[in-house]
Amino acid sequence: MIISVASGKGGTGKTTVATNMAVSLESDVQILDCDVEEPNAHLFIRPAFEEVKTITTPVPAVDMEKCNLCGKCGEICQFKAIVVIAETVLPFHELCHSCGGCMEVCPEKAITETGRELGVIEKGHRNGLEFVHGKLRIGEAMSPPLIRKVREYTRPDILTIIDAPPGTSCPVIASMKDADFVLLVTEPTPFGLHDLELAVEAVKILGIPHGLVINRSDMGDDKVMAYAEQEDLPILMEIPFDRRIAEAYSRGEMIVEVMPEWKDRFSELYHRIEKIVE
Amino acid sequence: MKEIVIISGKGGTGKTSIIAAFASLAENKVLCDADVDAADLHLIMNPEIKESYDFESGHTAIINQDKCTECGLCRDLCKWDAISEGFVVDSIECEGCGVCYYFCPEKAIEFPLNTCGEWYLSETRFGPMAHARLGIAEENSGKLVSLIRQEGKKLAEERHLDLLLTDGPPGIGCPVIASLGGATAVLIVTEPTVSGRHDMERVAELAAFFKIPAKLCVNKFDLNPSEGEAIEAFAKEKNISVIGRVPFDPSFTKAMVQGKTIVEFDGRSEGCRAVKNIWKNLVQGIEV
Repeated sequence: MIISVASGKGGTGKTTVATNMAVSLESDVQILDCDVEEPNAHLFIRPAFEEVKTITTPVPAVDMEKCNLCGKCGEICQFKAIVVIAETVLPFHELCHSCGGCMEVCPEKAITETGRELGVIEKGHRNGLEFVHGKLRIGEAMSPPLIRKVREYTRPDILTIIDAPPGTSCPVIASMKDADFVLLVTEPTPFGLHDLELAVEAVKILGIPHGLVINRSDMGDDKVMAYAEQEDLPILMEIPFDRRIAEAYSRGEMIVEVMPEWKDRFSELYHRIEKIVE
Repeated sequence: MKEIVIISGKGGTGKTSIIAAFASLAENKVLCDADVDAADLHLIMNPEIKESYDFESGHTAIINQDKCTECGLCRDLCKWDAISEGFVVDSIECEGCGVCYYFCPEKAIEFPLNTCGEWYLSETRFGPMAHARLGIAEENSGKLVSLIRQEGKKLAEERHLDLLLTDGPPGIGCPVIASLGGATAVLIVTEPTVSGRHDMERVAELAAFFKIPAKLCVNKFDLNPSEGEAIEAFAKEKNISVIGRVPFDPSFTKAMVQGKTIVEFDGRSEGCRAVKNIWKNLVQGIEV
């Protein structure tokens, strides 16, 4: 089973929920941190990394010996990533989406593949827990290709918990697609509610069952609760504001490490999800 | 004209609450919400929309079943596996590269322009505002960010205003990169947590990569003062000017619930005093 933990708004507690749930279960679990722009789950899981892989995406290299300056590559490219100017061809690697169109269209077979680094994927373990995350290279604009590479580490035989990035656009979709369940973590504030509504719309487009965790549930107002009721969204867990939790988080400690009584609640959260998915 | 862009790396550190407070304090400015993917500034600014436009960008392939002979070439060429065995394009997976459209021997594929959001020019009680809404599950957020910043600048020029205050998106990817280019300075709002620090370091590196001067403030400082001090020390080492600390103050949430800036909600609150001090330092630093 794949559970994707998402939110719309940033900073609502996605990583807190994903990591605490992962370490509270008896069964085999892997965490895939797909927030590749700003991955944080490793700060709490503190895995021993045993594998680092640099991930590249194919971009064009032009052999000017073979090129006849016909301009077809520039014509097919939707992203202005390759341009014929005067007597030369300029590929702009940072703009390339790796569709392969220019290579396919070139009548002289003058375009071959080279790579643009997207970032790295690191894999490790903490006791029985498997941990994988992607780290986008600073300056790299496109995160979805790296997210898809992280998701290739999905093991169908065990539970996969995905820590998704904030927002509702393509990186989030890449982190939720094909999940069995999306757990939306929100906070009961106007910003939390507004972004939750957007996230729910995104999950509905993908047609994935979903439910809520309300974090800092006693701060703000009751509009998130009213929205959940109106939309018939199950509230699977509430985490009240507790300065001990906030301070533990600030030090990189999980809730279950400072308050072991929470272990049962996180394991209960998983069992509720399991029931809904079945 | 000067532009200050507020970014954070990590989401939820308080960017929007702080820029809302700046809106109360700044004069002669245009507000710009560049977090197009989950825009929240309008919830405090309550803008009256004066002009509304469709945001058109990118294309999606559509297969005309009447012309399709199911030769399979498009499926072989598509790098995103966006075309099903029944020759239907999954619009969410489609990258808009047009390779299938270009090569289809039957000319059975259409490739229309997408409308993937809306953008607005508005009036608020604090002055003009440019903002947008990217459609759910849409791409091209970077292009919408660039557009909304450009429109914000135009508004400022028309009204002879000399400052653009831009609320940036979280992360370090495409929309953040689009919100940095040409900015006078970025203000990084972080929090004294291991995540806040990790993400701040990455976004600071991004600002340095694009050679944009960076300033830093730590929100909820008292949550973990030693982490806060470590963040400030890191910033100083990287020539990022540290321009203030904001205490953990529930007034920010209370103000948000009422749709107010913290300056409007409680001018004497600790949070408000801290933000005023940061604003003073920020303005001095960039000579607005």
